[in-house]
Amino acid sequence: MESIPARPGAATAPGDIRRVATAIRRRVLEHTLENNGGYLSQACSSAEILATLYLGVMRLGPSTAPPTPRPFAGVPGADNPHAFTGADYNGAPAPELDRFIFSPVHYALVLYSLLIELGRLGPDALDAFNRDGSTVELIGAEHSPGHEVTAGSLGQALSQAGGIALARRLRGDTGRVWVFMSDGEFQEGQTWEAFAALAHHRLGNIGVYVDANAQQCDGPMDTVMTTEPLAARLRAFGAEVREVDGHDPVALAEAGEGVGEDGVPRVVIARTDPCRGIDRLRERWPKLHYVRFKNEAEFNLYRGLLAGLSEGDA
Amino acid sequence: MEIVQRPHRDNLVRWAEQRPEVLVLSADLTSSCEADGFRDAYPERFFSMGMAEQNMMGFAAGLAREGFFPYVHTFAVFVSRRPFDQVAMSIAYPNLPVRLIGFLPGITTPGGVTHQAVDDIGLMRLLPNMTVLECGDATEVEQVLDLAQAVPGPVYVRMLRGEVPRLFDPAEPMVLGRARLLGEGEDLIVLSSGICTEEALRATGALRAHGLSVGHLHVSTLKPFDDPRVRAALASARLGVITLENHSIVGGLGSAVAELMAERGIGARLIRLGLRDTYAHGASRQYLMREYGLDAMALVRAAERLVGEPLGIDEDALAAVRLETMGRAERTEDL
Repeated sequence: MESIPARPGAATAPGDIRRVATAIRRRVLEHTLENNGGYLSQACSSAEILATLYLGVMRLGPSTAPPTPRPFAGVPGADNPHAFTGADYNGAPAPELDRFIFSPVHYALVLYSLLIELGRLGPDALDAFNRDGSTVELIGAEHSPGHEVTAGSLGQALSQAGGIALARRLRGDTGRVWVFMSDGEFQEGQTWEAFAALAHHRLGNIGVYVDANAQQCDGPMDTVMTTEPLAARLRAFGAEVREVDGHDPVALAEAGEGVGEDGVPRVVIARTDPCRGIDRLRERWPKLHYVRFKNEAEFNLYRGLLAGLSEGDA
Repeated sequence: MEIVQRPHRDNLVRWAEQRPEVLVLSADLTSSCEADGFRDAYPERFFSMGMAEQNMMGFAAGLAREGFFPYVHTFAVFVSRRPFDQVAMSIAYPNLPVRLIGFLPGITTPGGVTHQAVDDIGLMRLLPNMTVLECGDATEVEQVLDLAQAVPGPVYVRMLRGEVPRLFDPAEPMVLGRARLLGEGEDLIVLSSGICTEEALRATGALRAHGLSVGHLHVSTLKPFDDPRVRAALASARLGVITLENHSIVGGLGSAVAELMAERGIGARLIRLGLRDTYAHGASRQYLMREYGLDAMALVRAAERLVGEPLGIDEDALAAVRLETMGRAERTEDL
C-alpha cells in the first residue's frame, strides 16, 4: 500500500489510521506464519493505538535512519563507538518535537510493521526479522527500529521516560514524551513508583497509552493478578486518566489532546480486544500471549485468513 | 592523624558549583548521604525520588541520556541489591554516565544485615561497562568525584561519610586505575581497600618493625583491575599475598586479585581476608572488624601463616603504631 508519512501536527483521517491498522495485522500474521509463531494477539489489540499515536498524536520529524535496518553493531560500551539506538526511525530529536518510548518490546513486530506502513522502514525491512545478527529482533532492544531505551525487563521504560521528561523540562523543551505500555506492566511495582514520581514532580509533559487487552502470558489478567480498577488506581496516584475504545482512532486521538499544557501526567487506557480483526483467534482463548500453529490444517486456515484480511476489515 | 568531619558534604557543594549539568537524586537519605548541602545550595538541581530506588535508577538513566550527570545518593545496599535489574538494564547496558554514590560500605554501619553492603563490589563488578571505585580516606572522598566524572560510562563509588581519617596527602592525587603504593617490600605483598587500609597500615608497620619486608598497595579502582604496578607487586611476592577488604571475599578485591594472579600465572599463596561468605549483624564497626577478621590483628595472623611461625606481635604492638597522614616526605618512591 501507499505509505503515509507522519507530518508534525498534521491530522490524519480516521479511515487512513484504520487502513494502516489493518495492514499491520496482515503483516504480523504473515510473519507469524513464516516464523511459525509470534505475538499475533498483540497486533490485534494494539494496531489502532500505535497507528493513532504516529498519525494522530505525536509530533515527530521524518525518519533519519536507513530504510534497510542496520545490522547489530555490538553492545554499547566505551570500546564500541558504533553502537546506536533505533530512535532515529522516529526522527531527529528537537526541542519542539515529541519523543516515543516503546515499553512492551515483545510488541516489536507490531511497531516494525507500522514503521513500514508509514514509510519509515523500507518494505523489505522484515526480511531481517528474527535473523541472527539483525537488529529487527523478535523481542525488540534499544537498537531495534523505533526503539530508544532498553525496556525488555517490563516496567522499566516508564521511569526512563520520566527521566527524559524531567530533562526536557529542565532544558525548556516544549515537546512531549509519549510512552506505549501494556496493561501487564501495571503488575510491576516499579510502574507505581514511576507514577508516584511523575505526579510528585508534576511531569505533565508525559503521556502514556496503555494497551489494556487484559491478557498476559499465563492467561487472562484477572486470573493471574488483578490490576483493576486500573483507572481509579492511576487517578489515586495523581494521573489524569482517559478510558477509551482502543480500536477507535478518533477517541484515541482525542484522549491525547492537551498533554503538556499542565503539570499532570496523562494516561490513556485503551480497552482492546486481543482477537480484533482475526476472529478465529478466539477459539485459542485464553492462550493468546504467543501464537504458534499446531498443524498443517491450522496453517492453511490462517493462510486463508491472511488472504482475506484486506483493508477495512478491522 | 587528621579526622575530617563529613568531607563529602562540603566537597560536593564546592565541586558542583561550576557544573550545572550535575544533578543529585536521593531516596529519602539526603542528610544520611551528606547531600543536604547540595540540596540547600542548588535546590533546582536536587530531586527527591522517595523510597523507590528502582524508579530512581530509571529516572537517572533518562536524565543521563539527555546529557545530564545524575549523582544518585543512597546507601550502597540500595544501589546494588534492590534495583540490580534496573542498574543493569537501564544504566549499565546503555553505558550511561550515571554516578551511583553508595554509602555505608560493609560493616561500617551498626544497622545490621539489611544495611550492610557486603556484596556490592561483587555485584557491580559483574556488570559490563561499570567502573567500580572505593574511597579509603578523606582525601579520596574529596577527589573521587573528579575521577568519576572523567569516566564516559556508569560509575559505582563506594563512599565514606561522617568522621573520615585523612590517610593520604591531598597533593598526592587519586588516579583512576592506579593503586597507591604505601610501602615496598617482597616477603609479603598486602593489598587493602577502603577502611581496611588504615588497619593494614597498623599491621604492616608492626610487621616491618619485626624485620619483615612488606609491600603494601591501597586499591581504590576495583574495576577495571589492570594496574601494572599491582601486577608487578604480586609477581614479586616471596612468601605470599594477603588481601584485606570490608566486603565478602567472594567478588571483591580478593577475587579480583585471585583472578589476576591465576591469569598471569603468578604462583604465590594468597590469603583473602574479609567476610568469609557470611552475612554480618548489627554491632559497632570495631566489634565487627574483630569478629570477622578485617582488622590489623587478622592481617598479622595471616602473615604468620605465610611466614610459618608466630611473630609475637600483640595488641599493644599494633596500638603503638602511630599513623600519620602520608605526605610527600614520607611516601615511598614509585616503582
